[in-house]
Amino acid sequence: MDFVRDNLPYILAGISVGGQYALIAIGYTMVYGILRLINFAHGDMFMIAGLMAVYAVTWMPLYVAIPFIIVLTVLLGFGIERVAYKPLRSAPRMSVMISAIGVSYLLQNAALYITGGLTKTYPNIPFLADTITVFGATTKVVTVVTPFLTIGLVILLVILINNTKIGMAMRAVSRDFETSRLMGIKIDSVISMTFIIGSFLAAIGSILYFTNYTGVMPTAGAMPGLKAFVAAVFGGIGSIPGAVIGAFIIGICENIIKGLGWTTFSDAFTFALLIVILIVKPTGLFGEKNIDKV
Amino acid sequence: MSKQKKWLLSCIAIAAFLAIVYVLEATIPKSSQWSMLFTVLEKGSIYALVAVSMNLVNGFTGLFSLGQAGFMLIGAYAYAIFTIPVEQRAAVYQYFDGGLVQFTLPVIVSILIAGLVAAAFAFLIGLPVLRLKSDYLAIATLGFAEIIRAIFQWNTLGPITNGSNLLRKFYTYDSALYPIIACGICIAIIVLLINSSYGRAFKAIREDEIAAEAMGINLFKHKQMSFVISSFFAGVGGALLAMFQTTIQASAFKAAMTYEFLLIVVIGGMGSVTGSVIASYLFIACREWWLRFLDAETYIGDFKVPLLRAGFRNVVFAVIIMIIVLFYRKGIMGTNEFSWDALIRWFKNLPKNIKSIPGRIKNIPNKFKRKSKKEAQINE
Repeated sequence: MDFVRDNLPYILAGISVGGQYALIAIGYTMVYGILRLINFAHGDMFMIAGLMAVYAVTWMPLYVAIPFIIVLTVLLGFGIERVAYKPLRSAPRMSVMISAIGVSYLLQNAALYITGGLTKTYPNIPFLADTITVFGATTKVVTVVTPFLTIGLVILLVILINNTKIGMAMRAVSRDFETSRLMGIKIDSVISMTFIIGSFLAAIGSILYFTNYTGVMPTAGAMPGLKAFVAAVFGGIGSIPGAVIGAFIIGICENIIKGLGWTTFSDAFTFALLIVILIVKPTGLFGEKNIDKV
Repeated sequence: MSKQKKWLLSCIAIAAFLAIVYVLEATIPKSSQWSMLFTVLEKGSIYALVAVSMNLVNGFTGLFSLGQAGFMLIGAYAYAIFTIPVEQRAAVYQYFDGGLVQFTLPVIVSILIAGLVAAAFAFLIGLPVLRLKSDYLAIATLGFAEIIRAIFQWNTLGPITNGSNLLRKFYTYDSALYPIIACGICIAIIVLLINSSYGRAFKAIREDEIAAEAMGINLFKHKQMSFVISSFFAGVGGALLAMFQTTIQASAFKAAMTYEFLLIVVIGGMGSVTGSVIASYLFIACREWWLRFLDAETYIGDFKVPLLRAGFRNVVFAVIIMIIVLFYRKGIMGTNEFSWDALIRWFKNLPKNIKSIPGRIKNIPNKFKRKSKKEAQINE
């Protein structure tokens, strides 16, 4: 119990960061499940959502700004898919992935241009940014809210995927792209929907994440993005519960390592975990086994 | 044209190029804005070497590896650690009592060691990683590059790597010819390798792994070989980059750096060495030199040109890259290589092509119409 008591602040921070990674990881895992594309621009979308909030609050009250940035992020995600990925639908997968890297490069440079390279401070959201004491550890409300909000959203998403028509279409497309097209599923609208859901969750993740770590800079999205992707691979890419569990494990481990004084290695640990899982069980915890046929 | 004649032409062209660089370097003062030309030549050559080494793995062997920045980091550090003069070590390693290594090696030896250390790391990393496929391989190599970066910033290794502090005061070159010739030799070696029977085996693996295996190619051996050799040259490239920058720090070798090389390889054409070289020079020239005017606030009379301020250059540059990625998917050269015959043919056809430009412009709307019709059919 001593270990838990000493490390409680880190475990709490870990659960919270884990929830935020989970929200980003779902975007990765859904897009990968359907397009077989590592959407490298997803982490940068998350950063842009943070940046939009910084500028939005200077023009409008907070309760308008939050829905506004969520809508804008969703539109951005939708637009990126239409402009950068849709024309390459018949191209080799490598081209699409390079297009994603290009979008990421563009978003980062655009952010650099808009901010002038300065770190912007995320607006203070009342209630979420208040401090609270949990079991003797002082933290922000957002730390406690995040895991519940994440789990709530994931349950909603799972219901959407299992019980609605569009959800069924998504499952079909992720199983077999060509056949589902022959069965009359409108591939483009399914893919757009995937990007809309992914961007929506990334926008909410960015609100939670940046309330915790208030510095928004152009490269702020790169690391959380990569870690969320690792989480998606860890849980088995294409699997939503897998991504969420992977994200919580990575968030908690990372913060415990920070607590032990190994901050330099907190990022490296994530990747070490990734490499171990890739070598031991390449499909991840909950991934489906793919068999290559000649 | 006969083979001998082509060789002669190539030798003359290379000698002429080096002579021009030598003369320009002697005549252009360091302060003039034309001195950017040398930055482009030096950095462009180094980038060309790393891009070609990346092309060897990604374009010729078909392995999607994203570890190049990590191997460059190893090379840069290995080079710097062995060439800082002994009497300067106390100043550089000021937090670590002058560091552990208390000798210096000749420059050429250090560069080779830089490559060899990177290759050794690649060998160890390759053992588990090369059994993975496509995206998983990409993510695993990216992960290893990040781990390498963390290890080099680790304070406990400070006596060797200077922790997260700068390494500086190591030997640097004093003429632009140095990196050009060094990179030229390295690229020539890679080209020889690609044209050998090993190179053909790499290409066979790229086209179809199962078929290649059935033809008796040892998959793992050849993948490992391509990966290790590519890392060797990335390490050498890292050492040269350290010389170019005069200081190095582990935090600069991020995944973003690997993405730059990947973009260069794609712009030049996957599987074309000349493409990678041309793209590297264009990439560096655009980013560092030609687009620089976009960063300066400009006035035409009293009118302030909108949007122009620091950072706009990179936005425009990124947009150009996106256009190339979306519309010129095969890159500048596709999978073709430079040849004198093709160049001569191009010049011969030039008058005809210029004449046909007005006709082709007229045709553009038709092309779109036809295309959209075709798409409509497919969608139906």
